Amino acid sequence: MSAVQTTSQDDTRKRGPLAEVFFSLLRSRTFLVGLAIVLFWVACALFGERFAPYDPLADDIINALAPPSREHWFGTDQIGRDVFSRVIVGSRDILTVAPLATLLATVAGTALGLLTGYFRGIVDDVVSRILEAFMAIPVVIVALLAIVALGTSKTTVIIVIGLSFAPIIARTVRSAVLAERELDYVAAAQLRHESALHTMFVEILPNVIPPILVETTVRLGYAIFAVATLSFMGFGIQPPSPDWGLSISSNYGMIGGGFWWTVLFDALAIASLVIGVNLAADGVHGAFND
Amino acid sequence: MTEPAVAKNALELRDLSVAYRVAGRNRAVLRNLSLTIGQGEAYGLVGESGCGKSTVALTVVRYLPRNGSISGGAISLDGQDVMKLDAEALRRARAESVSMVYQDPGKALNPSIRIGRQLTEIFELGGITGQAATDRAIAMLNRVRISDPPSVMQRYPHQLSGGMQQRVAIAMALANDPSMLILDEPTTGLDATVEAEVLDLIAQLRRELSASILFISHNLAVVSNMCDRVGVLYAGMLVEEGPTEVVFNDPRHPYTVALLRCLPRGGQRKDQGRLDTIPGFLPGIGAVIKGCAFADRCALADDRCRTELPPLYELSDERGTRLSRCFHHDKAQSLPRATPADVAPAPKPASAPVLRVAGLNKTYASHGYPLRAVKDVSLDLRPGETLGLVGESGSGKTTFARLLLGLVPPDAGGTIELEGKALAPKLENRDDDQVKAMQIVFQNPDSALNRSHSIRHLIGRALKRLAGLRGAALEARLNDLVRSVRLTDRHLAVKPRQLSGGLKQRVAIARAFAGDPRIVVCDEPTSALDVSVQAAILNLLADLQSKEDVSYIFISHDLGVVRYLSDKIAVLYLGRIMELGPLEDVFSGPHHPYTEALLSAVPKLDQTETARIRLDGEIPSATNPPSGCVFHTRCPRKIGSICEQQEPPLAEAQPGHSIRCHIPYAELARLQKTAVAEPA
Repeated sequence: MSAVQTTSQDDTRKRGPLAEVFFSLLRSRTFLVGLAIVLFWVACALFGERFAPYDPLADDIINALAPPSREHWFGTDQIGRDVFSRVIVGSRDILTVAPLATLLATVAGTALGLLTGYFRGIVDDVVSRILEAFMAIPVVIVALLAIVALGTSKTTVIIVIGLSFAPIIARTVRSAVLAERELDYVAAAQLRHESALHTMFVEILPNVIPPILVETTVRLGYAIFAVATLSFMGFGIQPPSPDWGLSISSNYGMIGGGFWWTVLFDALAIASLVIGVNLAADGVHGAFND
Repeated sequence: MTEPAVAKNALELRDLSVAYRVAGRNRAVLRNLSLTIGQGEAYGLVGESGCGKSTVALTVVRYLPRNGSISGGAISLDGQDVMKLDAEALRRARAESVSMVYQDPGKALNPSIRIGRQLTEIFELGGITGQAATDRAIAMLNRVRISDPPSVMQRYPHQLSGGMQQRVAIAMALANDPSMLILDEPTTGLDATVEAEVLDLIAQLRRELSASILFISHNLAVVSNMCDRVGVLYAGMLVEEGPTEVVFNDPRHPYTVALLRCLPRGGQRKDQGRLDTIPGFLPGIGAVIKGCAFADRCALADDRCRTELPPLYELSDERGTRLSRCFHHDKAQSLPRATPADVAPAPKPASAPVLRVAGLNKTYASHGYPLRAVKDVSLDLRPGETLGLVGESGSGKTTFARLLLGLVPPDAGGTIELEGKALAPKLENRDDDQVKAMQIVFQNPDSALNRSHSIRHLIGRALKRLAGLRGAALEARLNDLVRSVRLTDRHLAVKPRQLSGGLKQRVAIARAFAGDPRIVVCDEPTSALDVSVQAAILNLLADLQSKEDVSYIFISHDLGVVRYLSDKIAVLYLGRIMELGPLEDVFSGPHHPYTEALLSAVPKLDQTETARIRLDGEIPSATNPPSGCVFHTRCPRKIGSICEQQEPPLAEAQPGHSIRCHIPYAELARLQKTAVAEPA
């Protein structure tokens, strides 16, 4: 019979699609710069106490509101705590809460996106309208309601931000699923009498991972910003944490008195982390869309 | 060469080498390619995909993608050295002396600009403006046989059919009266009836214009009808060249010989023998080739072929100059078959039908209007039999297949019976045995195979679900199945993207056969494949059928392919069966005028065809089908007002052969006989 086709010219492509993306990420300067910034803050969050010259919680009333000097690089706050040490250790809570919130948003959003994109029709209409209504409510209002119901805690912040971002991720996933749904492998799965769950999670999900990854990294930047905002407003992380947003909130009254160092360095820290994550997200986006 | 002033060639490529830079390495695509196209000559370039055909077209106007570079050789257009042109001169050459027409006219035209503006723009570049440009544009549209040019000028590209779009693209290409016209697969995406129209147009224009043509196609029959001379490209090298008729009738390179043998020709059928195939694969781009590029796949190759590059032998005789790059050109035609022709005797079809369809309808709602995609289709299929489903795109072939499979529920009323038991309209309501009994091989394996899963998973999952196998039994059956579609163990671990198109389609076939189906729907399974791969897939389908006694519903626009595999043909037009009958009766006629036109539209390698019947325009919209006989608007044999008023029934003209036409069977026989006798 016909000669066995044992060799394929296409076999020369040895790297899988994800490896391809990985190598293209390593070539992306944007991604590497972003990653370096993020990794710096992650290191601070993990081992902050070891770098920090002082205990970030130890007060020293005599040296309160000291301007930046050789002893206190970033100065001290109203009760004499070392701002430099507080900025370093202050990354810990935000870097726990924001990624967890993003993870929650991704998991919930992916499930909703798969559901609406796969079933289409009435399921899509109803769920999508509810999600849109939810998206129309500002995060702060949701946060207020949640605090009334759940009390202030990191868990509340995670749930509030996670649920606020879920509809946005759901929308991205849904449109990717709608495109996949039209491909013949979905019809082939139906012709094997596969369950809807199998088709959604085993057949379709692996093919929509790239847009989900991109959306997740973008959302992480927004989540950091949202966590800082909620802390600033007093809804999120509670004292005595040296959290950045919280520090700005308790010190911003001092700016009028010329004590700028109590606020500036925390603000710069937030900005640098958001920029770092956004640069990395840009790199990921570029790598998947080359 | 002797009198360059007079015998100036339209195009001359000398030792042209082109490379693409991929993953940091320059990979050769064209290797020392030399060819010449004389003034007013039509030159055909053929070869499988990946041979470098399109690269030739792009190189001529130095329009290579950014990673492509010309690494050596010379290009001369009308005696002008293209390599030496500066940017301005090159722009002028592209604007004035060379024109290109590509495969997809939808992409060649700007979707947001009216046709008229796109045409006049070209004249404005040449300094003709205003009314003069409009007049010229109208003249051009007339020239490409577009009726009512002023109204076409007002339209946007999406408002034109594919055939009309390609005409406009040709009109644009001809606007500046180029001396060289490059046609890169100009009819590949079009229906056979439209393809025939466009090819007719190009042939007519050739007589009117002086332009030389470089015609690039994978379709040997199209090239044989259109070109004076033909060059066969293999791995970026010219392996054979000569007058078209001579090359196709008396090939002197084993690759040409093998390529021609892959085509089902002269009405060859599955029970008369298997098609020949070409073993192995085309060398990848940039592969280091020592000796003859085809040696690995050639049964005639000896040690010399593997180590020494054969020169282009000149084999001129009274039929013209020809070249062959083969040491064994004198015995090329004795190339042994790669696939033995013998077939196992097919089992006699049992009499009880495995599938019986009665009164099947499907109506979609389109902007509030009913769209009858499938109308009143009744037919049956016996075990081991193949039903060929033919018709232009939009005739309802794929919808019909999806109705059978339950992927789309039919309108209430019709019945589908599988082995005597009625099937539920929806797939969810059919039981597992019914589902596994009817499977499909889709047209595009990239869409049909989940790209995230390994081949082992793809086939294994089908075995688990459809055959209910687990563990060692599954493993054993998997190995059997993989071998029966002629894949090997090393293909199991990879993902679909690492396989070639033909191998992917084998995986899809293995998956369809996992549950020992009674019926497999094949929806254009070979239309995306090269001819050599197509032959292997057709052989495989024929072998599986004779072994498993499975029935096929085979959808294809390629009538040669349909003929090879089918026992029975249903011709669909606007969702209705126009003709239904045994293969030989439908093909040899007398047949429905629509079937006649479809058959006449097929480009043939051996130009024996005399009668030419062409259909005007496109298939009408199914939301607003013509009154009476739906085919009357395009029918070349319309007899009168009865055709416009009454829909003819699908009447049995001969036992088993039904035709939906007002013209009596005997009259059809007479008409179609005269048509063949007197060339139109």
